[in-house]
Amino acid sequence: MTTKLSNAQIAWRAAQDIDDGAYVNLGIGFPEMVAQYQPPGRQAVFHTENGILNFGEPPIAGEEDWDLINAGKKAVTLNPGAAFFHHADSFAMVRGGHLDVAILGAYQVAENGDLANWSIGAGGVPAVGGAMDLVHGAKRVAVITEHVTKTGAPKLVKRCTLPLTGVACVTRVYTSLAVIDIENGRFVLREKLPSLSLEELQALTGAEFLVPDTVADLVVPEF
Amino acid sequence: MDKTVPSLVAAVSGIGDGATVMIGGFGGSGAPIELIHALIDRFVATGHPKDLTIVNNNAGNGHVGLAALIEQRMARKLICSFPRSADPRVFTDLYLSGEIELELVPQGTLAERIRAGGAGIPAFYTPTAYGTDLAAGKPIEVFDGRPYVQERWLRADFAIVKAHRGDRHGNLTYNKAARNFNPLMCTAAATTIAQVSEIVAPGEIDPEAVVTPGIFVQALVAVADPQQEEVLNRAGARHP
Repeated sequence: MTTKLSNAQIAWRAAQDIDDGAYVNLGIGFPEMVAQYQPPGRQAVFHTENGILNFGEPPIAGEEDWDLINAGKKAVTLNPGAAFFHHADSFAMVRGGHLDVAILGAYQVAENGDLANWSIGAGGVPAVGGAMDLVHGAKRVAVITEHVTKTGAPKLVKRCTLPLTGVACVTRVYTSLAVIDIENGRFVLREKLPSLSLEELQALTGAEFLVPDTVADLVVPEF
Repeated sequence: MDKTVPSLVAAVSGIGDGATVMIGGFGGSGAPIELIHALIDRFVATGHPKDLTIVNNNAGNGHVGLAALIEQRMARKLICSFPRSADPRVFTDLYLSGEIELELVPQGTLAERIRAGGAGIPAFYTPTAYGTDLAAGKPIEVFDGRPYVQERWLRADFAIVKAHRGDRHGNLTYNKAARNFNPLMCTAAATTIAQVSEIVAPGEIDPEAVVTPGIFVQALVAVADPQQEEVLNRAGARHP
């Protein structure tokens, strides 16, 4: 019995909600996996902050063009219909509300949609990149994440304790245990692993979630 | 009109102590490695320029390009969005020991501040960073029911950028995603110095294809086969 989803399975679930032809920005790292799990027949257009729309797979080793990279500084290729643009146009696409979806990682998500994903607080070198821009402007801002931290603390919380990336910006969270929407300042449970009771899930969640009449089973392929 | 300068040395000779210098590129893509190295070489030989304020998206990688400039302690301050890389040790060590100042700016706000600087717009409002530590102390205004943060323009004494082709009037094209911050920085500096793979006669670049019009470029230097930061780092290169 599945006790929690792998990162690949969380990414798969998030990918099912992306429409054909959607303009999508995937955060660096884990969120990049979402691109691998688009349903057959659907092709989103992926945006990268450094100025490409419709980039594709990584090139084979040895054939990298280092003028053709993504926001994670990894070499990419182009799909037919790709476009280049400078950074101000790139963030006009972001801030101007032209992206359909941004999918980001998280340290914490609060029930009012606040997101903390850029800093673990004092110490070290702070780095923000495009995260604070991406959370404003995409029509839908979704988060993919483990449901709890490595030490078992909830990542879905009443109020974020880590430095905020954005205020009231997240609309849906795909976790290793559930799919939860944020509506009117509350978590609303949409799907959960069938192996988990409502009480067990609530105990792992840092704020009370609302349970609508129908909560679907969170079912994903094994891989 | 001919904005061509004969050498990299000549191209960077006017950059003095305390200057604010925008350096194009996103990571290694579009980074003017040869112009940066020419500036470092001058510093190693003469002790100048120093106390620079550098504007770039990042803080360098390894020991070449911007990282090498920081390693020489030529920069007093860095304005950037993401001071991390595969090998960020040069910046990290100086930052943690308090030897370089950091102004951290969200990436889209950094781009827009530079764009505004080039366009003569002293301030603008953005939703980015509202309610976060990076908006601390900045004026907030509500427009149509939504709060926005006031951000100021960024302008520079110099921009050093990398383009692909340039004509003698300074019209520029770029290679793939290497344009990134380069066209913005060209507009926001009093003096823009561009390295290009090829300098051509006016008329040889289709006006429809010009990305940076020559009005934004003051000097042009040919670097036929420019180095890539990623390739240098994989070879373990250091500069000087």
